Amino acid sequence: MRPVAAIVAKDIAIEYKNKEAFTSMLLFGLLVVVVFSFAFEGSDRHALAPGMLWVAYAFAGILGLNRSLNMEIDNDCLQGLLLSPVSRGDLYLGKVVGNFVFTLIAELVILPVFIILNNLAFNTVLIWIAGITLLGTLGFVAIGTTLSLISAQTRMKEVLLPALQIPMTFPVILSAVQATSLVMSEDSKGVSFPLSVLGIFSTVYITASYFVFEYIVEE
Amino acid sequence: MSDTLALDSKDIEKKFGYAYAIRNISLQVRRGEFVALFGSNGAGKTTFLKVTAGLMRPTKGSLSIEGFDVAKNAEETRRRIGFLSHNTFVYRDLSPLENLKFFCRLYGVSDSEERLLGLLKRVDLAQRANEPVRAFSRGLQQRVGIARALLHDPSLILLDEPYTGLDAKAAQTLNDILDEAARSGKTIILTTHDIQQGLRAATRAVILDRGKVVHDGPAKDIAVQEAYVRYIHRGASA
Amino acid sequence: MKSRILGVASLVGIAVALFFALKYAPTEQTMGVLQRVFYFHLPQAILSYLAAFLVGFGSLMYLATRDLKWDRFAYCNAELGVLFTTTTLITGMIWGRLAWNVWWAGDARTNLELILGLLYVGYLMLRAYLPEREKRARLSTVFGFLAVLDVPINYGAIYWWETQHPKPVLGPSGGGLDPHMRIALYVSLLAFAIVYAWLITERLEVARLEDEVGALESSLEAS
Repeated sequence: MRPVAAIVAKDIAIEYKNKEAFTSMLLFGLLVVVVFSFAFEGSDRHALAPGMLWVAYAFAGILGLNRSLNMEIDNDCLQGLLLSPVSRGDLYLGKVVGNFVFTLIAELVILPVFIILNNLAFNTVLIWIAGITLLGTLGFVAIGTTLSLISAQTRMKEVLLPALQIPMTFPVILSAVQATSLVMSEDSKGVSFPLSVLGIFSTVYITASYFVFEYIVEE
Repeated sequence: MSDTLALDSKDIEKKFGYAYAIRNISLQVRRGEFVALFGSNGAGKTTFLKVTAGLMRPTKGSLSIEGFDVAKNAEETRRRIGFLSHNTFVYRDLSPLENLKFFCRLYGVSDSEERLLGLLKRVDLAQRANEPVRAFSRGLQQRVGIARALLHDPSLILLDEPYTGLDAKAAQTLNDILDEAARSGKTIILTTHDIQQGLRAATRAVILDRGKVVHDGPAKDIAVQEAYVRYIHRGASA
Repeated sequence: MKSRILGVASLVGIAVALFFALKYAPTEQTMGVLQRVFYFHLPQAILSYLAAFLVGFGSLMYLATRDLKWDRFAYCNAELGVLFTTTTLITGMIWGRLAWNVWWAGDARTNLELILGLLYVGYLMLRAYLPEREKRARLSTVFGFLAVLDVPINYGAIYWWETQHPKPVLGPSGGGLDPHMRIALYVSLLAFAIVYAWLITERLEVARLEDEVGALESSLEAS
């Protein structure tokens, strides 16, 4: 089994046993969705929906990143990974894939609840939204994994992560909301631009992080 | 069989900002040596070990492990090193067997259950191979750590204060394993505060003080005791 | 010596710029006297972006050379980045309030500037929580590099949305500027550039001294 696959399998195995990251992400995301559906009672749900959804995703996503990180801080397991012959870039990729899988699953559970609570339609638009979710989550997790490892080495640890993550992922959230808004209003022809912003973001940050990761973890 | 040194360091320096943790360290360790590395807190023992293991990058100097340059061939060097410290680096939610399987995959060695159970038996953990490590006492967790450090049959074994927090039985198990490793020709570098533990099986003793090597000689030599007293433990007797 | 010259030049420059902005440039037809804020607003915005580029450059140079002087270069520019971003946003808000009665325009430019400011703040916060010198340099330069990559991506993302959903133009289009106005703008830009150069020189010197003190302290501790 290749090392990257081994790291992903290990993360899945641990998550399967303790379910800490997944449940906290799911619960928090659902709570945000519920609060929004009360807070925006009576407003134009359709127009606000994309923004609400992605705020819920962003906050839940940050929680997930923190938990994944704590797994490696506990018992200093990250050192164990660094001692192995796996390259630092591959280590990064392994963590990104793991984070991506858990975050995506949580988001795809949150989505239908969100639709129901806001009395939106269940139709083919949903497939588009799932696709946008996938691409947006990739970018979010790509930079989030890097930033969580940076903030883990500070005194503040996970408290610092949102301060770095939220400004950095601004183009992801913005583009995802724009794209979602377009598909919900049946205006899909313009959607290629925000999707390409998401694609560019993911490519740039996965590549950049792959190469600078060693500077983050090696002293 | 060539004359390759297990560890060949030249002028190793590690600076943190403006402070030197270690400097001018040019230590050569031949295969099969058992080096006890002593030094008071802050002398640089852990830093030197971490630089050797590839966890830290030296600010100056060159380092080779078994002929492989750490800077150019990092992955090959890490493959040959087993590292054990008071942190065990094992995942508490997984069982010893699952942990070992995972590390086998990282190191690219066989993850056959038979071999791993044999390894766990060696550290006296075979009967608890499938329980999550979370439930273990510190001594037991350390034994999983020992198994983890050795599962890829490393030729250079680095131990950073491994006896910390170990009960007598675990310490004995560790000693047995180290003796066995030494007999089979592995190179061992061990840091410890305890001069008795350190010199028990060592062939060579090195003392660090404030980042530099101040003594380097055979372990059984009386000079070691004198140097120890001078640099580390004023007034102690061995 | 260099900083003294720059300091004097800054004072002179600002005085000259003030003259050009307030007296020399003609009063704009629609907006009147208020429009003159623009002569300060635009140069500051430009410099806030220049700072980002310099932070990115310094960060990369540190990672390549591990010479702390590049880390100092990066973070001093980040501090100036915060300064210029803040003044840009404030002058922008003054203009918006006086001209159209809105504190916050919420248009592409404003949002971009705000995000840039938050990135600078995040960078400085990261540094604040890293007491060890080497770690501070290493981690913040990585973040600095990654954050600066975000600036063009943000630009593209936000500006596209604007073209799809045009808002009433809240700033000068840039073209169709009266030549006198253009001169005033360039004078102001030059003046603020000199101020920037003076501030960075002073700040770098203080930073260098701080590191020297740190070095002396650690060698005292060691002995």
